[in-house]
Amino acid sequence: MSTAASQRPASRLLYETGEWSFDTLKRTYDAIEEIAVGEMGLDPYPNQIEMISAEQMLDAYSSIGMPVFYSHWSFGKRFVRDEKLYRKGYTGLAYEIVINSNPCISYIMEENTMTMQALVMAHAAFGHNHFFKNNYLFKEGTDAEGILDYLSFAKAYVSRCEEQHGIAAVERVLDGAHALMDQGVNRYGRRARPSLAEEKKRADARRAHHQSTFNDLWRTVPTKAKPAATEQETDAAFHRLGLPEENLLYFIEKFSPRLQDWECELVRIVRLIAQYFYPQKQTKVMNEGCATYVHYRIMNRLYDLGRIGEGAMLEFLASHSNVVFQPDFDDPRFSGLNPYALGFEMMRDIERVVTDPTDEDRAYLPQIAGNGDVMGTLKTAWAEFRDDSFIAQYLSPRLIRKLRLFKLADRSEDPHYRVDAIHDERGYERVRRALARQYDPGHRDPNLQVTGVDLKGNRRLDLTHRLNNDVPLTEQDALSVLSYIADLWGYDVLLHGLDSDGTERYRHEASPPG
Amino acid sequence: MNIVDRRLNPKGKSHTNRQRFIRLARDTLKEAVARSIKERSLGDVDTKEVVNIPKKRIQEPRFHHSARGGNREHVLPGNKEFVQGDTLPKPEAGGGEGGGREGSPDGEGEDNFQFALSREEYLDILFDELELPDLAKTHLKEAVALRTTRAGYSHSGSPSNLNLVRTMRNSLARRIALHRPKAPEIEALEAEIAATEDEARRAQLTARLEKLARRTRYIAYIDPVDLRYNRFEPTPKPNAQAVMFCLMDVSGSMSESMKELAKRFFLLLHLFLSRKYEKVEIVFIRHTSQAKEVDEETFFRSQETGGTVVSTALAEMQRIVAERYPLEDWNIYAAQASDGDNYSGDSETCTRLLRDELLPLCQYFAYVEVVDEREAGMFRSEANASALWRDYKAVADGHANFAMRRVFSKADIFPVFHQLFSKTRKAA
Repeated sequence: MSTAASQRPASRLLYETGEWSFDTLKRTYDAIEEIAVGEMGLDPYPNQIEMISAEQMLDAYSSIGMPVFYSHWSFGKRFVRDEKLYRKGYTGLAYEIVINSNPCISYIMEENTMTMQALVMAHAAFGHNHFFKNNYLFKEGTDAEGILDYLSFAKAYVSRCEEQHGIAAVERVLDGAHALMDQGVNRYGRRARPSLAEEKKRADARRAHHQSTFNDLWRTVPTKAKPAATEQETDAAFHRLGLPEENLLYFIEKFSPRLQDWECELVRIVRLIAQYFYPQKQTKVMNEGCATYVHYRIMNRLYDLGRIGEGAMLEFLASHSNVVFQPDFDDPRFSGLNPYALGFEMMRDIERVVTDPTDEDRAYLPQIAGNGDVMGTLKTAWAEFRDDSFIAQYLSPRLIRKLRLFKLADRSEDPHYRVDAIHDERGYERVRRALARQYDPGHRDPNLQVTGVDLKGNRRLDLTHRLNNDVPLTEQDALSVLSYIADLWGYDVLLHGLDSDGTERYRHEASPPG
Repeated sequence: MNIVDRRLNPKGKSHTNRQRFIRLARDTLKEAVARSIKERSLGDVDTKEVVNIPKKRIQEPRFHHSARGGNREHVLPGNKEFVQGDTLPKPEAGGGEGGGREGSPDGEGEDNFQFALSREEYLDILFDELELPDLAKTHLKEAVALRTTRAGYSHSGSPSNLNLVRTMRNSLARRIALHRPKAPEIEALEAEIAATEDEARRAQLTARLEKLARRTRYIAYIDPVDLRYNRFEPTPKPNAQAVMFCLMDVSGSMSESMKELAKRFFLLLHLFLSRKYEKVEIVFIRHTSQAKEVDEETFFRSQETGGTVVSTALAEMQRIVAERYPLEDWNIYAAQASDGDNYSGDSETCTRLLRDELLPLCQYFAYVEVVDEREAGMFRSEANASALWRDYKAVADGHANFAMRRVFSKADIFPVFHQLFSKTRKAA
């Protein structure tokens, strides 16, 4: 008996051909689960895997991947575009779509080979799934239990509104709300409200304090004149409105003088869906990195255990390296940093630092270097960080060298770009900080806030855009969005842009139509 | 873990959204379709249409950072030769390497949004608000195209329509009700008479037999009241087929470009008819001083010289209708294109043929006068119209199913077609 044969008994193979069947899927899933949960200690939601056809995948695309979604023309537009690109062969379809829900739903396509199905299950049903369940942003910001129910409620509600008020009236609100989706999220978790019991205890304590320190003399001490009544009133009103408010959709939903109840509810639906997707925008690199790392580990382990053949392994490696391919900046294929590539490299690098650190790693990443616990370290990282903080915390000099990252400064007054930092001793920190900032939503998204409402006069809504590094908004789009806001608000809207020292850079105004 | 097979779930979940999108872009699509009709090669009007929609109409604006201006930092991979402090010239246009795509966050930087309408969608938009001119004539036609259909039973009718089952059932019921003696009963009695020895008994039996025989005579086996006939009723038959006559003047005075115009009009008419009817046949009749039925290729391509006698074409059409297209089976449409030239002695015959013979046959007769673009300036006013136009005008005033328009350029075709067939067209 040769050694090769004893290492890989053919009978242990999960599947022999590229064709999948529900039987092999089940068997492979079980083998993957054994590794993912048993060996790697992942903690995913229960899985539901749904087999769909290419057509259904196109359908799913257009509704942001959700199985139920309300109807809107913009989804039709997306569908028409995707369909065309797909039919003409410009783009392939995703191998899977995974939904942050409990149970976690992964769609996989019937066209995939069995190896691809295994890869996809490892990637989505365990990688993404673990991330959804454990990352703090998802835990705090989304409700995996309720999302599907909420979406069916939203769908039913929207179609009921369409019946009652007409499609045009509903679209008018949805169009406006969609335009504000990026400004419709709460960036920070809400302050914890004290419970009723605590509140009562605090009130008791305060009363007790008042009683114990009561002195009637205080009443006779002259006080400063109160500020003008109107000013105080305005302050109080602003306080009630919660100004300044950066969640424009929230503000419109709560305070728009024009919108009727059902319209407010529509705005709320859009806002809650935006909020649900917000964590995914902030964790693209980590989420994909986590899933890619998990599928890579699992597929390799399956191969080592002799559960998949060499042909399958080669197929897997080919598609894996396509996914994590990162063209250089001067390559015609370059279109920004590939989150799969960056994420995967970082996970692998953490693995290396934890198990086999160099002196440099010990200097730069003393918290984790050489601690020996790969999965423990990674799981902490996946749970506690988002893209910007993750990069700021874990990007090692070695990886900066490997990717040959460099930082380019583009100042509007300079005729040239300037190379600010490269992969050398002086540059590591700066490259790392700049890269982290690229993923910082506070930096990436325009900073817009509701700063005032003319309560006494014409009810004009004041929005303030604080320019970040003097980067302006796209004017045409800003004007269009502004007219949507004016329509939702029902009165004039003013947007003014202030730069860092508070001088006004521009002013746009819009009035509601009609 | 659950593996669910969703492949059999209904497809086309996006259909509603797609329809809504198309409805939104409808105005734009209409323009695009009208434009495409003009630009396309004539052979493929009926195929899929790729339509460009200006992005502005269907944009989904968001607040986002402009690709240019301000101070930015980009971290890029794949440094090969740069060291700290190097400078690179900025590219002339666009936002630079890192920012090149920022202006289009969805990756849809193109100015136009392009997509293919299905044939149905295309034709729907093309013929939106158009309606076949089914005027008073249609009612008349319904009386002609009749088909007999079964309509229950009647007490009277011709013997060939006798319904045996019904008749026999009635007969049986009546015989049972009136106690008509049955044949076996009589046979049994006769047998008993033959067998019996006893005289008294035989006399008794014979009397009974006679009574039965009498009863049988009185109660008929089949009485006129039993008779039932199949009843038929004439019902109007929907005409699902149409024939379209294309008449065109191909004499020397019609230039190539004028024929092109005429062809577009015929094409539109054909498209339109094939939407409404299951089967549409086309008959091409071209004429100079003589008229001839030809195939499509010859109709549009070959040139002939000669004088112009319009009435020959009308007569040819009348002959073909009489020969091949019985009125009860066919809806007849005709479209005539001409530059308006006619042999001066012919107009009398023309108007007579048209008024007395053809118009009563036709669902609709459209006359399009094609005016050369170079002469358009001169002939635009109706006062300068051709002799044929003036003659036809007299006919048109009396007939709702006759319409006439003048076409000057390609761009006119669709509007003219639209006018001729629009729902709101007032019956002349």
